[in-house]
Amino acid sequence: MSALRRHRALTRIWASDPGWKGWFTTVNHTDLGRMFLLVAVTFFVIGGILAMLIRAQLATPRSAFMGPDIYNQVFTMHGTIMMFLFAIPLFEGLAVYLLPKLLGTRDLAFPRLTAYGFWCYVFGGSLLIFSLVAGIAPDSGWFMYPPLSSEIASPGINTDFWLLGITFVEISAICAAVEITVTVLRYRTPGMSLPQMPIFAWYALVTAVMILTGFPPLILGSILLELERAFGMPFFQADHGGDSLLWQHLFWLFGHPEVYIIFLPAAGVVSTILPVMARTTLLGYGWVVAAAVTLGVLSFGLWVHHMFTTGIPHMGLAFFSAASTLVAVPTGVQVFAWIGTIWKGSPQLRLPMMWILAFFVTFVIGGLTGVMVAVVPFDWQAHDTHFIVAHLHYVLVGGFVFPMLAALYYWMPHVTGRKRFFKLGETAFWLIALGFHVTFLAVHWVGLLGQRRRIHTYDEGQGWEVINLIASIGGFVTAIGFALVIVDVAVNAAVAIRGSRDPWRAGTLEWAMPTPPPAYNFASLPLIGSRNPLYEDPDLPVRLARGEGYLGDPSRDRRETLTLEIASGKPAYLVIFPKNTALPVVMAFVTGGIFVGMLLKLYWLVPLAASGVAALVARWVWVLGSRHDEGPQEVGQGLALPLATEVADPPGWWGSLVLLLGNATFFGSLLFGYAFLWTVAPNWPPPGYLQPDLLGPVLLLAGIALSMAGIRLADRRLRRGTGPWLGLLLGLAGAGAVGVAAASLLLGTSHDAHAYDATVWVIGGYVLFHAGLTGAMTIFLALRAAAGYVSGSRIGEVQIVRLWIDYTAAVALLGLGVSWLPGVLT
Amino acid sequence: MLAGATAIFLFVMALLVLAFLRGPAPASDEADEGREKVWIVGLGLGFSLTVLAALLAYGLIVGERLLPRPGPEVVTVRAEGRQWKWSFGYADAPGRVTEGILHIPAGRPVDVEITSADVIHSFWVPRLAGKLDAIPGYVNVLRIEAWTPGDYAGVSSEYNGPGYKDHVFTVRAHDEDGWIAFLSGEEP
Repeated sequence: MSALRRHRALTRIWASDPGWKGWFTTVNHTDLGRMFLLVAVTFFVIGGILAMLIRAQLATPRSAFMGPDIYNQVFTMHGTIMMFLFAIPLFEGLAVYLLPKLLGTRDLAFPRLTAYGFWCYVFGGSLLIFSLVAGIAPDSGWFMYPPLSSEIASPGINTDFWLLGITFVEISAICAAVEITVTVLRYRTPGMSLPQMPIFAWYALVTAVMILTGFPPLILGSILLELERAFGMPFFQADHGGDSLLWQHLFWLFGHPEVYIIFLPAAGVVSTILPVMARTTLLGYGWVVAAAVTLGVLSFGLWVHHMFTTGIPHMGLAFFSAASTLVAVPTGVQVFAWIGTIWKGSPQLRLPMMWILAFFVTFVIGGLTGVMVAVVPFDWQAHDTHFIVAHLHYVLVGGFVFPMLAALYYWMPHVTGRKRFFKLGETAFWLIALGFHVTFLAVHWVGLLGQRRRIHTYDEGQGWEVINLIASIGGFVTAIGFALVIVDVAVNAAVAIRGSRDPWRAGTLEWAMPTPPPAYNFASLPLIGSRNPLYEDPDLPVRLARGEGYLGDPSRDRRETLTLEIASGKPAYLVIFPKNTALPVVMAFVTGGIFVGMLLKLYWLVPLAASGVAALVARWVWVLGSRHDEGPQEVGQGLALPLATEVADPPGWWGSLVLLLGNATFFGSLLFGYAFLWTVAPNWPPPGYLQPDLLGPVLLLAGIALSMAGIRLADRRLRRGTGPWLGLLLGLAGAGAVGVAAASLLLGTSHDAHAYDATVWVIGGYVLFHAGLTGAMTIFLALRAAAGYVSGSRIGEVQIVRLWIDYTAAVALLGLGVSWLPGVLT
Repeated sequence: MLAGATAIFLFVMALLVLAFLRGPAPASDEADEGREKVWIVGLGLGFSLTVLAALLAYGLIVGERLLPRPGPEVVTVRAEGRQWKWSFGYADAPGRVTEGILHIPAGRPVDVEITSADVIHSFWVPRLAGKLDAIPGYVNVLRIEAWTPGDYAGVSSEYNGPGYKDHVFTVRAHDEDGWIAFLSGEEP
């Protein structure tokens, strides 16, 4: 088979639907990555326009351009859009586009999930933009502190747009994180052991795990605040045993890791591009990986530094101040590793490199002012002034936007297959770099003079006028620079000449394919033995196109890729990806019903939409799998592998495991909130505790035992070739018993009496939801077994259900236990 | 701190510029090992840790000095923030409430008990001390001291809604006679 015929055959198998329909049914990571990036840039433009409105307002004292009502919406939405609708999704888009190509595989682990996440992002983001256009946008600041954001101080719908829109968007972050984690761990090309992975994959892995552990506290906080606003459950009201500081803890428990979730992908980009620009390899690969992991871990220990002025005890301040300064160490290690890399090689000053240098200058300043505000006495003065505004812009623009511009110019030839011809990019570089520094050096300065952040205007005579005017002029220059970048990209993508395949002479696998990339990425998958396969073997792309790797034979007419054992890089099993489908976009739309129902207080719509989602999920899972055993499959190079349907740890099992990590963090945050209110909040203890009767605990323990034993029995019977029915029936009974025990919590307390009752309600609801979920999964499994999808060798789905049942047992025991304990003790 | 930060910034930038000026370096595994020692262990770990440890110690010592400590001289006042007013009470003059102006004696340490009646505010008199939040359900204590009599501008520094910009107050520090007069109920 010639390379061209192989290309045609693979394209027919992998291509998205033609025409406008393809936009909605595509599950291809290249398409979805580009769509993600495009939408994220659109939001960046909207956020940028808001930034210009802010600078226009602050350019002169006593400005009559905007009143506080409008200004408060504008700055709240600027922060919200840039953080949630631009920075995180841009990383997701970059990872979705790039990761499979860097890892030498054909798509991400769960292609339909990529699409679902993308559509949730689009719909959730649209909700927020709608509120902005309609003039009812959130106006409590992007970190939404209650009680300012509570029903009492913000009775309108504005805050609900934030809480619901952002939670909707966060679904996409969680989806992407699950996807990236499983892809990096298992979907790589043969031979790519963990130490052989491209450095960006490490950064993406750390970032994804951080999203899974960092976002759940925010999602929990948003749900609690929405429950308070909608149903009067007083989680944040001091009068009823709630505590507004609980929100701050949950928010910054997310918010600080968030800063590193934004920075780490950028660092991954720098670590990838910089060695290529310096014609060498990265200095201290192992050290850099260790630094990224350390940064990820440490970033969870310093959220309190956003709360130094809330009256935290002095010992606490000392601890978090130490942690905040300590986090600069792994950052320092990376910065010096990069500079050492430049020393090691012979650097070339091309446009991506210029952006990396701009990153260095800006980020180092941002890091140093960051260390300054980590010193508590300094922070007590600088907190909530424009000094902080300037600091965070140095970190986020310097540490994220500039590296992303480097990435843009570095990978643009890959996306378009064209060589940059019109050199507007250099002019844009100087406009942005200089404009940015003029703006934010001035903002630092005016902050030190005491200008508070978020004031809608200021009076003459404080010495701020000239500085603010300079900052605004710098801001407009920056904006012109960004506009020029967009023009540059659009023009070059449209009309520039075709470029060569590997214009930067890089060594990583994304350059081992034709550009723009074909739908299937690699005509065959390589066996690699180094971190820069193209340096070892410059002919690799040609050999792959000729089909001289794995899975080069398209004759089975299905979307195939390989998975590896995690550490070693040995091939493990063969995966068949799903075809194009509109299921993700439909499911995202129906999911939207839940959020719109809450938003408009059409509460009947919520359960309706939720059942719709459940039905679509069932459909989603049903179409996978096979009714008969196919045995080992030839994958080329004399190797035969089992299908994913015939192993005990299929992709769905890994996906569940990773999702449960995020879920466990959510539950852990809930228990943290319970303990926090208990020990710290004013107006405790509550008037009375829930008094369990004997029946509840008995049902709980019996339910846990039944469900865990039931699924194990079903598993064993299936493997012996007999029916799983008895086991599944026991499992269902167990789930029912756990559900009844959990429901007793809801019946025993009134949700809006005291923060204690409200918290017990949420814990009970959480356990009840999981009992219902495992019950539904058990019924689904029985249907699958009856239809012949499950057998002694096709046992993976049983393992997935078992994982969820075991998790439910653990959270039920813990959740109901801590809810009953106080009542038993008193 | 600013000088230190500038020095570090210039040092890093100098390293960056030098990287471009010097010629190609030898490429070998041994050379890389040496580089890792210099760049990562030496600069990345050693340099960062030293600077940060020194800074942290400095911060903790300064912070410790700012802590409110009990003493016979200490005057206690109360500040309650609400949208968009401040009202102040005085332990030495029970029942006395002033709005918008906090009266204190000059030259004596003052503990301000800060709380809120509605949303979160922050009590900040830049010339007297750092800021501390007013949080519903909590009383946070801030130690301030004015060396000389006079008016000191104070602002609310936690965003609290549409009236945020004009949510300001004044701290009026009295000399000894003025303070006694204020406590005895005379309008100053």
